[in-house]
Amino acid sequence: MAKRSGTVGFSKYRKHPAALSVILFLGLIVTSGVYTLGANAANEYARSSVDAAAIMNDPASIDAGKRLFATGCATCHGLNAQGNSDGPTLIGVGAASVHFQVSSGRMPMASPGAQVMRKKPQYTEEQTLQLAAYVASLSPGPEIPTAAQLNWAGADLAEGAELFRANCAQCHSFSGRGGALTEGKYAPSLMIATPQQIYEAMITGPQAMPIFNDQTLNLEEKHGIIAYIEYLKDSPNPGGFELGRYGPVTEGLFLWTIGMGALLMVAIWIGVKAK
Amino acid sequence: MSQQVTRGAVDKSIDGTVKYLDDRLSTSGFIKRNIKKVFPDHWSFMLGEIALYSFIILLLSGVYLTFFYKPSLVEIVYDGSYLPLKGIKMSEAYASTLEISFDVRGGLLMRQVHHWGALLFVAAITVHLLRVFFTGAFRKPRELNWVIGVGLLVLAILEGFAGYSLPDDLLSGTGLRIASGIALAIPVVGTYVSFLVFGGEFPGLDFIPRLYTIHVLLVPGIMLALITAHLMMVWYQKHTQYPGPGRTNENVVGYPLMPVYMAKAGGFFFIVFGFLVLVSGLVTINPIWKYGPYMPDQVTAGSQPDWYIGWLDGGTRIMPNWEITVPGMFTLSPNILIPAVVVPGIMFTLLALYPWIEQWITGDKRIHHILERPRNNPNRTALGVMSLVFYGFLWISGGNDIIAQMLNLSINDMTRVIRVLIFITPPIAFIITKRICLSLQHKDRERLLHGDPTGRLLRLPNGEFIEVHEPLSDEVKAILLARTELPMLTPPAEVDANGVKTPNLWVKKLQHRLNRWWYVDQVPMPTAAELTAAKAHTLHELEDAQERGIEIAKDLPSPTKSH
Ligand code: HEC
Ligand code: HEC
Ligand code: HEM
Repeated sequence: MAKRSGTVGFSKYRKHPAALSVILFLGLIVTSGVYTLGANAANEYARSSVDAAAIMNDPASIDAGKRLFATGCATCHGLNAQGNSDGPTLIGVGAASVHFQVSSGRMPMASPGAQVMRKKPQYTEEQTLQLAAYVASLSPGPEIPTAAQLNWAGADLAEGAELFRANCAQCHSFSGRGGALTEGKYAPSLMIATPQQIYEAMITGPQAMPIFNDQTLNLEEKHGIIAYIEYLKDSPNPGGFELGRYGPVTEGLFLWTIGMGALLMVAIWIGVKAK
Repeated sequence: MSQQVTRGAVDKSIDGTVKYLDDRLSTSGFIKRNIKKVFPDHWSFMLGEIALYSFIILLLSGVYLTFFYKPSLVEIVYDGSYLPLKGIKMSEAYASTLEISFDVRGGLLMRQVHHWGALLFVAAITVHLLRVFFTGAFRKPRELNWVIGVGLLVLAILEGFAGYSLPDDLLSGTGLRIASGIALAIPVVGTYVSFLVFGGEFPGLDFIPRLYTIHVLLVPGIMLALITAHLMMVWYQKHTQYPGPGRTNENVVGYPLMPVYMAKAGGFFFIVFGFLVLVSGLVTINPIWKYGPYMPDQVTAGSQPDWYIGWLDGGTRIMPNWEITVPGMFTLSPNILIPAVVVPGIMFTLLALYPWIEQWITGDKRIHHILERPRNNPNRTALGVMSLVFYGFLWISGGNDIIAQMLNLSINDMTRVIRVLIFITPPIAFIITKRICLSLQHKDRERLLHGDPTGRLLRLPNGEFIEVHEPLSDEVKAILLARTELPMLTPPAEVDANGVKTPNLWVKKLQHRLNRWWYVDQVPMPTAAELTAAKAHTLHELEDAQERGIEIAKDLPSPTKSH
């Protein structure tokens, strides 16, 4: 969903009264063809080879993190991460939250809107971990998942799919391509989140998303869900093009534009030929 | 291509066939009469054909599906070849649809043909209906066939919904849950209706088997009968034709059924069939394996019905959440009742009765075999566009979450804006459409009186500039002259000749007022006298200019060349 980050500047127009009339046009244009493009966008946030545990355990990281924090985050979260009018306190949010927010480019927040959006990350993986180490040093919270916690190989795909439909689909949709929430908020597409980010999202519950701690979903179940999301990312599509996996709405648009369009053209052609 | 013929002309090429059949069946009179029957020709007359062919394709693909589909809600554990569902509990209905998709040869293609065919079927009916509406083809004597058509549309929508519910996947179940909610919202008897339909508490075990009978037997049976009646009436009443030279209310100009029309229709069938198979081979529809089996506690973002139900869903989405509880008695749910029962009820009733409504207003009881150009009946055209705008907003609302997501809008803002627009834009659409129609009428009148401007400028000796106009071709003239004007109704008398008060006076007054409104701003057709005068003038002007004028642009046609 690189599209999302591209629309940051657009967000101030979206409540514009004219926006609705634009829907009619854009809706048709957008749906006529580009769905499949975004769906399986390559994973631009590949896991880096940085040794996370080493950095998190290195006491020097906390200082480095504190410095980064003072320049990049303190304006909104306060010098000691205690929070102020521009941002909430980060005391107790945990390293997982910082890693999720910063590695997905949400933090530092760029512009206010209905929802903080995913964008290109501003910090390297190493800096991100240093920030996480600093925030975690203030007060404990959900930790960055270990390599073992992220080893989802051998997970039960069918069970994961079932859990995904029961716990995630109502916001992220059956295909994981996301969905609208109230007042301009949305659950984003899951197609570019890394397994680590998926895990961290579950344990920290960013913004409107609920927290799925180990009582709600145990480690095995989390692995199942991650396995299913990874499956969705490049699952085979036995039926052919999937029109962006939006379901009946794009199917209907396809039928009315391309389907009816082609048949009408044939009918007109036969009509003209007859003359 | 063989030549156009008028009804009654004989085409020798098929006499052999007729003789062959006659020697065996003695049906020559019937066949001879009908095989050479003439059909008018226009691309818009093929829209109904698309509907007919997709229906045939639905029957064929549907029968294939019945070989493998199991209409049962008995719970089993899936053990088919789709891995991400292996070992999951589901109904036999869902499991058998998975089996069709993954383990039956050609099954997935057939499912997709069937589902794309269903979307196309309803779309084709809709476009066909719009053609019939905007050209006035429903006017006397074809009102009854219009009603049959509306009946077919309603049945097609119901049939589609029933089919959509059969696979018992997450979307099916979500749709049925809403249907049960609508049944429950019916005042007083709602609970009984819902229990009756579902055989107990939703979802129960009875519903899918019942729906299956409805989907494969009852509704298709009724539709087949209605389609037959529909086509027989077209046959018997003859097809309408667009205005044109030599076309009158008493003849039909076109091609004979055999061989020209049959060849074209047959060819078109295979084009529709081929196109549907192509689309179904390339584009996924309803990937039920991704939705998963229906579980009452699950729902997915972007739960949507097929497009033809979308407007009903849209209505419930933008309806304010009103509920009235009479303590200790019952709860009234106008929030569901109005958008899901009242509004569609009114819309379909108005649609079915429209031929009579228009007739009542215009007082037009004449027989019509020549179609009306949309501009020539501005009120009807404007009413049609206005209804489409209203429908369009309901439709957009049905996909509001997807639109909001794709365009980064807020669903709540969309709902607020649409709640206003859906009421104020239809009347605006009405006014604009009517104005456009009337100015097109003006233009037609101008063309009839003055011909078409040629872009050739002349300067006369007195320094005056004139632009040369060319007389219209016979073809164009015939089309433009086809508009007929009806006299307005006379105002109803308060009392009749015997001094008895007219019964239902207010109804007649209303009719009279509507009649006035219908015709008052109609652009008058040029009279015969005006036309002759204008013709003489154009010719004269051309000659005159030729003689005296100095060509300053392009060369002139010789006056004799004018048709
Ligand atoms: C422009 C202001 C701004 C800047 C700069 C900013 N943040 Fe934030 N941050 C916010 C706001 C506002 C929220 C709350 C957003 C929400 O509700 O989702 C937030 C939320 C967070 C959260 C999630 C808190 C939770 O409850 O889980 C974390 C972690 C975080 N920020 C870390 C950072 C870090 C690290 C930086 C520096 C790299 C940073 N932020 C820079 C405004 C900012
Ligand atoms: C109530 C709705 C809701 C549910 C249920 C929900 N999420 Fe989310 N999810 C959200 C929202 C809203 C966001 C965006 C948060 C943000 O931008 O800070 C989100 C973000 C995410 C992200 C980050 C995506 C990215 O690309 O940055 C992941 C991964 C994620 N969710 C996974 C899950 C999983 C897995 C489940 C089920 C176990 C789940 N969510 C259930 C609402 C939900
Ligand atoms: C005439 C109009 C018809 C329409 C609009 C229609 C529509 C549909 C739809 C939308 C589905 C869901 C398919 C899917 O989910 O992939 C469906 C399923 C089905 N239809 Fe029809 N159908 C029609 C006629 C028929 C006929 C005539 C038959 C059989 C004689 C039939 C048999 C079936 C069966 C068995 C299924 C369930 C299997 C499946 O989901 O693939 N249908 N129909």
